[in-house]
Amino acid sequence: MGSASNDQQHKNFLLSKIATNHGHGEDSPYFDGWKAYDKNPFHPTNNPGGVIQMGLAENQLCFDLIEDWIRRNPQASICTTEGVKEFKDTAIFQDYHGLPAFRQAVAKFMGKVRGCGVTFDPNRIVMGGGSTGASELITFCLADPGDAFLVPSPYYPAFDRDLKWRTGVQLFPVICESSNDFKITKAALEVAYQKAQEANINVKGLMVTNPSNPLGTILDRETLQSIVSFINEKRIHLVCDEIYAATVFSNPKFISIAEIIEGDDTCNRDLVHFVYSLSKDMGFPGFRVGIVYSYNDEVVNCARKMSSFGLVSTQTQHLIASMLSDDEFVERFIDESANRLATRYKVITRELGKVGIECLKSNGGLFCWMDLRKLLKEPTAEAEMELWRVIVHDVKLNVSPGSSFHCSEPGWFRVCFANMDDETMEAALKRILNFVGKLREAEVPSGIGIKSFKSNLRLSLSSSRRIEETIMSPCILSPRSPLVKAKT
Amino acid sequence: MTMGSTSSDQQQKQLLSKIATNHGHGEDSSYFDGWKAYDNNPFHPIQNPNGVIQMGLAENQLGFDLIEDWMRRNPQASICTAEGVKEFKDTAIFQDYHGLLAFRQAVAKFMGKVRGVTFDANRIVMGGGSTGANEMLTFCLADPGDAFLIPSPYYPAFDRDLRWRTGVQLLPVVCESSNDFKITKDALEVAYQKAQEANINVKGVMITNPSNPLGTILDRETLQSIVSFINEKNIHLVCDEIYAATVFDEPKFISIAEIIEGDDTCNRDLIHIAYSLSKDMGFPGFRVGIVYSYNDEVVNCARKMSSFGLVSTQTQHMIASLLSDDMFVERFITENANRLAKRYKIITGELRKVGIGCLKSNAGLFCWMDLRKLLKEPTVEAEMELWRVIIHDVKLNVSAGSSFHCSEPGWFRVCFANMDDETMKVALKRIQNFAIRRKPFRSNLRLSFSARRMDEAIMSPCIMSPRSPLVSART
Repeated sequence: MGSASNDQQHKNFLLSKIATNHGHGEDSPYFDGWKAYDKNPFHPTNNPGGVIQMGLAENQLCFDLIEDWIRRNPQASICTTEGVKEFKDTAIFQDYHGLPAFRQAVAKFMGKVRGCGVTFDPNRIVMGGGSTGASELITFCLADPGDAFLVPSPYYPAFDRDLKWRTGVQLFPVICESSNDFKITKAALEVAYQKAQEANINVKGLMVTNPSNPLGTILDRETLQSIVSFINEKRIHLVCDEIYAATVFSNPKFISIAEIIEGDDTCNRDLVHFVYSLSKDMGFPGFRVGIVYSYNDEVVNCARKMSSFGLVSTQTQHLIASMLSDDEFVERFIDESANRLATRYKVITRELGKVGIECLKSNGGLFCWMDLRKLLKEPTAEAEMELWRVIVHDVKLNVSPGSSFHCSEPGWFRVCFANMDDETMEAALKRILNFVGKLREAEVPSGIGIKSFKSNLRLSLSSSRRIEETIMSPCILSPRSPLVKAKT
Repeated sequence: MTMGSTSSDQQQKQLLSKIATNHGHGEDSSYFDGWKAYDNNPFHPIQNPNGVIQMGLAENQLGFDLIEDWMRRNPQASICTAEGVKEFKDTAIFQDYHGLLAFRQAVAKFMGKVRGVTFDANRIVMGGGSTGANEMLTFCLADPGDAFLIPSPYYPAFDRDLRWRTGVQLLPVVCESSNDFKITKDALEVAYQKAQEANINVKGVMITNPSNPLGTILDRETLQSIVSFINEKNIHLVCDEIYAATVFDEPKFISIAEIIEGDDTCNRDLIHIAYSLSKDMGFPGFRVGIVYSYNDEVVNCARKMSSFGLVSTQTQHMIASLLSDDMFVERFITENANRLAKRYKIITGELRKVGIGCLKSNAGLFCWMDLRKLLKEPTVEAEMELWRVIIHDVKLNVSAGSSFHCSEPGWFRVCFANMDDETMKVALKRIQNFAIRRKPFRSNLRLSFSARRMDEAIMSPCIMSPRSPLVSART
């Protein structure tokens, strides 16, 4: 890179550090999966041999219900004959408090999803540019550059961008392991906190995603209480990303941090904050409805001012206000969505189970956490990547490898199941079954070096390298960042 | 306002970030008076004819009849109508930060029609309103501690948008009434030198063209002079052209795009445009911010960064439809300009009748009113005193020049596109009555300007977009 490097230097000098570092997280070997899908996307009739997208956590199961509601409620739009009289007032409304009807509807929806009489105060609802903007916003409010947030791993890869890129804040993983179903333990929290202290890093808070991405599990009451007591003791913030709250599809019942707080007088509420969004629960990632909810008045005030950088379009606020105020629709939607997710989950885990592939037992999210550890040549990140490439290029399924979620144990894969129709789901399952079947037949070192099926899953993982560097798969970042130009 | 330093306040301060507890949001200011006054007593022609008239908000409300008519005739623009709902799902799940292609194409075409230059749809990047777009560009171009030069008077919220979370500084390039507030090469050099002496790294120049609050446009000579300045210093030029389609009279608007296209010597990697539909179309609520850069690396980086403030696809879909309608767009641009021209003529004409002059301008949603001779003395304090009188006695919420960092006291920005004709008449009558009652302190306008220049960040929340009323939202 002779003179090109001079150009590069010149360009680098021209732009900011933020612009020229890799904080956006898209320089990674995981482009393979996305490229493979973009070049050869599956279509049941036009391209049945294409790559099936199982790396995108989208909820596409209930649009029939939503479209039906839209048809029956033209007043929800400011563009219909019934709604256009509100066009002007909506178009000029730029108050960062947001439309009161919007805040009330969102607060009510959040309450319904969490049940148990948990109520949310519309005056604490603050908007963010999608959950991406909301997560960044709360970080800007709570931490200075160089400060750190603890994050239980495995975790959503885009947190590395959302919480760190422009804020200058660091993330410290709290290692969770399969030996206890990846539960967040007090011990693990303490270890991470101590590590930070020793490195002279100021920990400002703990970020938990509940239900978990990528695990799909929910935190039990004991864990939640233990987390609350930990953050109170250390006097650090707790940010709960509950973006998957309404995707809980079977027991145990979801327990929101709100429920824990309401029943606990000892907790310092100034430390507790939510991030929420309609992207997963409703299936509306395009509408950029991000929410910050804080029990800390000063944070609400500051976040509200800061929300100017990413308010929700009033056209969308208007629609959401209408839709989520319809109690009957909301209740029916929440139930039906859970049912359909449960069905998908049952089907996929059952079929995988038939060929000896287990998933972590989960009851939320739009994915399952698949255990392919016994298919690894050896319990290393490299072996996981090798297996992943086989799955992407040979089996033609774009699933997401655990290392992209900073999972400490190689061999786990996140498989999304709510972003496709039944037919595609069947095709995907058939491929997995065929793939595993072929491996069984081989039972000798094949392309991926399988020696035999280990029936004992308790692998010794002390030799496996913990994944700590920032590896991200663009196909699991929201918003999506396809390499090639947008297709539509 | 200083917080009582109780120990719990102290603890609270440490709990939150520096950004959260500094005043970078810009809303702690004595200018709350104007907003409070309006909120406590808002004018209504029938219900409250003596209330405060809002003339501090630069909104374009003059073209909604045309837009609403188009909406009625084009149900497919919405994903909620019977005609459009079949696109609901694909639109709702589309989260690609490139944005809908049709949206980018329509916006590029619209920008082109307004300027008479072509724009590349692939350089269009979204931002969370122009607020988000401006911040995003700053994040891409400058590091904390770096500075942007900015001609004053300027839009007050730049202090928040360009500085608050970015840590970037703003250094004013002082423009003066003696030459109609033109941006001179000298003033640019002075500001640049000052920065050098203070060891501050200047990364770029930020101009707003047409200007807020002046309502004037930059002539070709000034634009070329600015371009040569930034090329010479190898610093960026960001042009906020948010008022491009509000140019209602000659001379014709010249976009930086036009200058660039005709100039091979300019380093295009230094040129960026911030845009929005908030003023031209009157859609501040829809948060349609745009970043357009001639620098490929900036486009790529900004696009990734736009994840923090994408435009709702529901809105992208509608805008794509609206702005692809060539006939509507051409008619709207023309009619919008006509209506603004009319308002401008009326207001400046009526003001002139009582001896109040405005800076000669041909764009924007406001005029820059000269009340220097009504000041007790040419100081900021006198300006604030006069401002309070206008708010509380005359009951007009206009914006004081000091809030725009104007170096000369006595100028006020008066918005005229956010109200109907009737309200405009009432407002004018009040001004005229006031002007007649209040005798000028000095008839000689050639004031000596040893008056203190405004350097601190004083901002009026009522002129910041998005709005930040003290009280809760009313609707």
